[in-house]
Amino acid sequence: MTAANTSLNSGKVALGGPLTRFLMNNPSTLLFIGLLALFTIVTTLLGEGLGIGVVSTSMVKTLGKTLCFCLVAIAMDLVWGFCGILSLGHFAFFGLGGYMIGMWLMYARTEIIVLKAGKAATMPMTPEEIRSAVGEQIFGVVGGSEFPLIWAFADSLFMQLLFVILVPGLLALVFGWLAFRSRVTGVYLSILTQAMTLALALYLFQNDSGLRGNNGLSGLQNLPGMESTPQALVSIWFLWASAFALGLGYLLVKLLVESKLGNVIRAIRDDESRVRFLGYNVEAYKLFIFVLSAVIAAIAGALYYPQAGIINPAEIAPIASIYLAVWVAIGGRGRLYGAVIGAAFVSLLSSWFTGGQIPDIQLGAYRIQWVNWWLVLLGLSFVATTLYAPQGLGGLFDHLSRKKGNPDG
Amino acid sequence: MDSLLEVDGISVTFDGFKAINDLSFVMGACELRAIIGPNGAGKTTFMDIVTGKTRPDTGNVLWGEKNHSLLKKSESEIARMGIGRKFQRPTVFEDQSVEDNLMMSLRNDRSPLRVLFYRYTQEDRSKVLEIASEIGLSNSVSRLAGELSHGQKQWLEIGMLLAQEPKLLMVDEPAAGMTGDERNKTVRLLKRMASTRAVIVVEHDMEFVRNLECRVTVLHEGSVLAEGSLDHVTNTQEVIDVYLGR
Repeated sequence: MTAANTSLNSGKVALGGPLTRFLMNNPSTLLFIGLLALFTIVTTLLGEGLGIGVVSTSMVKTLGKTLCFCLVAIAMDLVWGFCGILSLGHFAFFGLGGYMIGMWLMYARTEIIVLKAGKAATMPMTPEEIRSAVGEQIFGVVGGSEFPLIWAFADSLFMQLLFVILVPGLLALVFGWLAFRSRVTGVYLSILTQAMTLALALYLFQNDSGLRGNNGLSGLQNLPGMESTPQALVSIWFLWASAFALGLGYLLVKLLVESKLGNVIRAIRDDESRVRFLGYNVEAYKLFIFVLSAVIAAIAGALYYPQAGIINPAEIAPIASIYLAVWVAIGGRGRLYGAVIGAAFVSLLSSWFTGGQIPDIQLGAYRIQWVNWWLVLLGLSFVATTLYAPQGLGGLFDHLSRKKGNPDG
Repeated sequence: MDSLLEVDGISVTFDGFKAINDLSFVMGACELRAIIGPNGAGKTTFMDIVTGKTRPDTGNVLWGEKNHSLLKKSESEIARMGIGRKFQRPTVFEDQSVEDNLMMSLRNDRSPLRVLFYRYTQEDRSKVLEIASEIGLSNSVSRLAGELSHGQKQWLEIGMLLAQEPKLLMVDEPAAGMTGDERNKTVRLLKRMASTRAVIVVEHDMEFVRNLECRVTVLHEGSVLAEGSLDHVTNTQEVIDVYLGR
């Protein structure tokens, strides 16, 4: 009985408990946050903005974007690895987050340009004139100048930040409510989520969707009112913001999956109907996790696209969400660090292979071009992971730590 | 007799096959009842209807002193009202410890936010330990449920039902796959549980039912064929014809 008592006292801290005790009980979280902080500091010191300039600004941006991918991978791991909902539409939420912040960035910057040009004129411009001039600048490319209704709050940073959470959150709420209520599960649900992201992408491709069709929103790397600040510095700020969001997201999701709610959603993943007969409203839990995960994805997107500089509907094509599932699978689902490792490893490797840095290989008459062959390589490693290492890369870490903790086993 | 569960003339048809045909059934508050019947007699469908998994075409299911109808309720609502169900195949959450399995089943608030901010209190801990000792798993609380033997999983599932504190327990073939010793233990456990709540046991095994020493309801082709003590029903000619005489 004493053995049972000690086991009960260890490892159980609910959300309301002191954070320090939680971190002590979960050293992997502490380690992760420490490594993330170290990475951010080292990159800052090596970057061009504040450091010695060994790491280029474009590399800093790539690293910052990678941190955003890690955050969306955590969202994916929460919904798939822990709750068993294989969503193949999470880049819809990621992209919507980017669009919402992009609207403000584009509006505010264009307004500054218009005002500057207006200063040269003798007559001061009226607010209507300013708005229509901004509209012409933004929508000229799709042959319009009127602001669609969805741009009503584009001049307010606060409102657009709110929309980063509200719009994808609402989409996830409505979609999830309809799907879970009808008890759509498994591969059927995955297909529905693919349809959702495809439909959204196709809609945004239209010029009259109000978001500039296939041109998307551009110039997002320029922060309004900070034209004189070099990109080298802006990129460091975004690196910090992305690292902070990733650290916070990791910690919050970790707290959630270690709580009793974490037990319930893992139980839903393993045997949904049994959980119903235990008296839990399975649909409410799924909806909660789905919406939360969509909001995390949206925040990741809102941090990603200002670093990418441009967002267009191709970003939320169905394939993007499938890549996300591949990252998490290769990294190892059901363990948050696995999702982070998978997203960082595969996306960095992907930009390395497709970035043209690797020389092509001449094989007799055939020339292996990595830009094309990378996808084959990725596909093969996904199949290999699924078949031979379902635990993914994260499983290696589990294996190592088990060995260290228990030398006999 | 105060009735806890009253099933009133239910029928359900699957693709033209009458799985349940005008079945009526009454259960008291502290009663142990065995339901027997040949394959396809409608035993599992009957449980599905009471627990909300299947909706009957006609008839009604009334619950408790106030005779609430269960027909419009979801599985989870019915479970929260006090009907627990144990499946034939032991379904415990293999990835989680015995303790977590029991803790999740404890009769606490089940709304997502309350569950998120739930703290494992000393009181709940002692409840979990108490149940663990009742089902003979005191020394295994921190083990993963997936590591348990088949019989131990069956008991863990019964323990999870105990933790739910149901007023009515529906147990589907508890003795399946158990050794003789485990079966005797299960009989004792079921009898003890029936002293404080209603228990319905669906079972094929006649010896096991005999040891339960309770009223028996025989189902055949979706309706009640006979009801009474085991000796009484086994001496009824119709029962011998359709079930025992095979």
